Amino acid sequence: MQGSAGKDYLTIIVFGAALIWLLPMVENTYTLTILIIYGMLGLSLGLIWGFGGILCFGQGAFFGLGAYTYAIAAINFGESTVPMLLAVIIPAIFAAILGAMMFYGRLTEVYLGVITLVVTLILFKFINSTAGPQYVIGDARLGGYNGIPGFQTLNVPGDPGAYLWGDSYYYVCAVALLLVYLLVTWLLRSSFGRIALGIRENETRISLMGYDVAARKTVLFAIGAAIAGLAGALFASWGEIVTPTLFSMAQSAEIIIWCIVGGLGTRFGPILGAAGLAYMKFLLGQQSLVDNTLITGLILVLFVLFLPKGIVPALARFYRAVLGNGSPGKRKNTHRIRRATNG
Amino acid sequence: MAETVLETSSLTMRFGGVTACDNVDFKLQARELRCLIGPNGAGKSTFFKCVTGLLSPTEGNVYMRGDEVTGWQPHQIASLGVGIKTQTPNVMDSLTVSENIWLAARRFHSVIDSNAKVAEVIDRLALGSIAKTDLGQLAHGERQRVELGLVTVGDPWLVLLDEPAAGMSAKDVERMTVIIEELLTRSAVIIVEHDMQFIRSIARDVTVFHQGAVLMEDHVDAVMSDQTVRNVYLGKKA
Amino acid sequence: MDLSFVILVEMLYAVATLVLISAGLAVVFGMMKVINLAHGEFMMMGGYATITAVNFGVNIFVAMLIIAPIAVGLIGLLVERLVIRHLYGRLIDTMLATWGLSLLFVGLATMIFGNTTTGISTPIPGFTVGNYQVNGYNFFIIVISIMLIAGMLAVLKGTRAGLIARGTMQRSDMASALGYSPDRIYMATFFCGSALSGLAGAVLAPLVGLVPTSGVAYIAKAFITVVAGGPALIAGLISSAASFGIINQVFAFAVSPVIGDVALFVTAIVLLRLMPQGITSRFFKGKL
Repeated sequence: MQGSAGKDYLTIIVFGAALIWLLPMVENTYTLTILIIYGMLGLSLGLIWGFGGILCFGQGAFFGLGAYTYAIAAINFGESTVPMLLAVIIPAIFAAILGAMMFYGRLTEVYLGVITLVVTLILFKFINSTAGPQYVIGDARLGGYNGIPGFQTLNVPGDPGAYLWGDSYYYVCAVALLLVYLLVTWLLRSSFGRIALGIRENETRISLMGYDVAARKTVLFAIGAAIAGLAGALFASWGEIVTPTLFSMAQSAEIIIWCIVGGLGTRFGPILGAAGLAYMKFLLGQQSLVDNTLITGLILVLFVLFLPKGIVPALARFYRAVLGNGSPGKRKNTHRIRRATNG
Repeated sequence: MAETVLETSSLTMRFGGVTACDNVDFKLQARELRCLIGPNGAGKSTFFKCVTGLLSPTEGNVYMRGDEVTGWQPHQIASLGVGIKTQTPNVMDSLTVSENIWLAARRFHSVIDSNAKVAEVIDRLALGSIAKTDLGQLAHGERQRVELGLVTVGDPWLVLLDEPAAGMSAKDVERMTVIIEELLTRSAVIIVEHDMQFIRSIARDVTVFHQGAVLMEDHVDAVMSDQTVRNVYLGKKA
Repeated sequence: MDLSFVILVEMLYAVATLVLISAGLAVVFGMMKVINLAHGEFMMMGGYATITAVNFGVNIFVAMLIIAPIAVGLIGLLVERLVIRHLYGRLIDTMLATWGLSLLFVGLATMIFGNTTTGISTPIPGFTVGNYQVNGYNFFIIVISIMLIAGMLAVLKGTRAGLIARGTMQRSDMASALGYSPDRIYMATFFCGSALSGLAGAVLAPLVGLVPTSGVAYIAKAFITVVAGGPALIAGLISSAASFGIINQVFAFAVSPVIGDVALFVTAIVLLRLMPQGITSRFFKGKL
């Protein structure tokens, strides 16, 4: 067990490093950076939905919260290290409070959907209406629908003059994603992760075993929000402006689509789904024949109907079918692939 | 005098106008086996749910080892060292047998001890041949047996089983009887059951529920030969 | 005096709007336990259908009350046959698929009508009460909502189809056991629900500038109104529309319209936390 874990981490690092090194040869780093950021955002929902069975309709809210926290803090502090940390912590705290309210209330999936969706809308409406000069936090004006421009972007910790941008920013984001991926892998291997998987499968049984299901779901929800917040901060620093569209329904819908297309119950699926669809959108944006939203919607409908488990699990199944049934070690992963929402 | 591990005093549960559980006073000693019987709707399952925290009683109190646990959540009750098996099989279908049991063991043991515990339980319940199979692919009797494994892996001092023999073959029931006998060396056991055959084969003391209240409490033979109990079961006026 | 009259009308109008925009969703959810997240886009299409018909010289009331519901109902029928039918019993999957549909329709509308605001003027003039200007069209909306509720009650209570519908709402398995094809019931329900959405979108179209993304504004409010309403179709619709509408208006008057919306959403969250099964699971039990 211990040996195989070490090997797993090593494989991830080697594979990840190779990708980080190779990708800039096919696409410019500015585009790659945003794909990586979206990948991280996809992973944040993939973790709580695919492995914890929590379907959040408002993952975009934590993304936006992270971005706004970063922007506001960066204006006030004039450097980026503390804002980065705050952008992780504040969405996590927000999610912990929201999650505790929902999970201790034993709300079912649909109501969870309603509440997360509604909270996102509240944030969207509120931020949109803060154009007036009276809405200030420290030195930062919230700016309403205009958003917040002109804040300090990422710098080398301790040296606000040394900006990280261009290629170096790409490497920062890529390494950050790799670290988050390792963290998620470690989490899922830990007792906490295995119990989370049990909760996804049968909440009642896990609570009859003596585990506090509500507390565990709240923690998992907060971890997902923290990752989304980090992605938001990286996004803010990449785009150099934050706007209320981060909180829009379309943004949250997109995250869900990434997870479905990539494959729930896998770690790599949501990242692939996010990067792949975002890249496709980018390419489609260069033509005007077919509307982008239409294609996104069509993809979601088709996947729900015909490939509800997503691409990565389908490929994994295909791979196993071709190579025969595989060793017991391989089949161990099959249950991680199953959809959390079936039944 | 043995220690009282479970006690309820005037436990009452009402659903709207229906009193499903009416003023039940109940006592169970350490390492005692007690079967709860009664016709459908007699209130035994409601009683079970009130004790396990799945329902919060309208009135009355529940004590476990002398501490009041009325209205506690199921996970809090289970954390005391109480093993609970619900009426319908409650297992993680897409996890393997050993993974299921491991999750239950992990609640009370470290990772290393849990691994050892899982091996021990798999051995004891003769689940070795299916240890790596997903629960969803198992037959009903096997699933029941695995769930019993989940319930007992934490070395509970009190085990509550709701219809453990339901839908099982004669051979499975026999095996279940052996497992329960063995359990009794360490824990007190409550069994809610319909199957009189099964009860006869294991029971000593029986509590009969009727219309939400306790009708009588005695040794199984006395209960079986009691005219009132017979009438209740056959649907005559008691 | 004048002010309180105006405020009263505004409150009634807010409640009526919520009833109107939620009715279609409520019918589909109540009967089929399907949440149609493309509901807002159905309304958007109702709006476009009206405007297009008016541009072709059709009388505006005919366009709103007849053409739009039928057009959107037919689109709904198509959606049910092609998508929803395959997902019955899978609540979350249906939500996801209809969310996809909503994006698809936004895209389609953008391609056909362009990403610009279109609109038609209200066919009913406003009037003044004392120093206050009152929008005459608001009364029309209130009347339409009342007629809608009355119509739904009449159909459910008074017709054979309504009886089957009520049966299906309570026990869908029993309805099929009695020989009513659930397939056809669901098809008819979805047609009616979509037609109601189309009607709502059409009636509200003169009040808003219509853009392809207009639907988003409605879906959230409709969604929470229906879910907060709970199992009883009409009682739930009225009670939750009334509570949300009044709270919305009170805060809108006292502070600002945005705070009114925020208050509405916050109330919804608190309400769901207190009554996770909706208002009518606690009150009006067993009513329609």
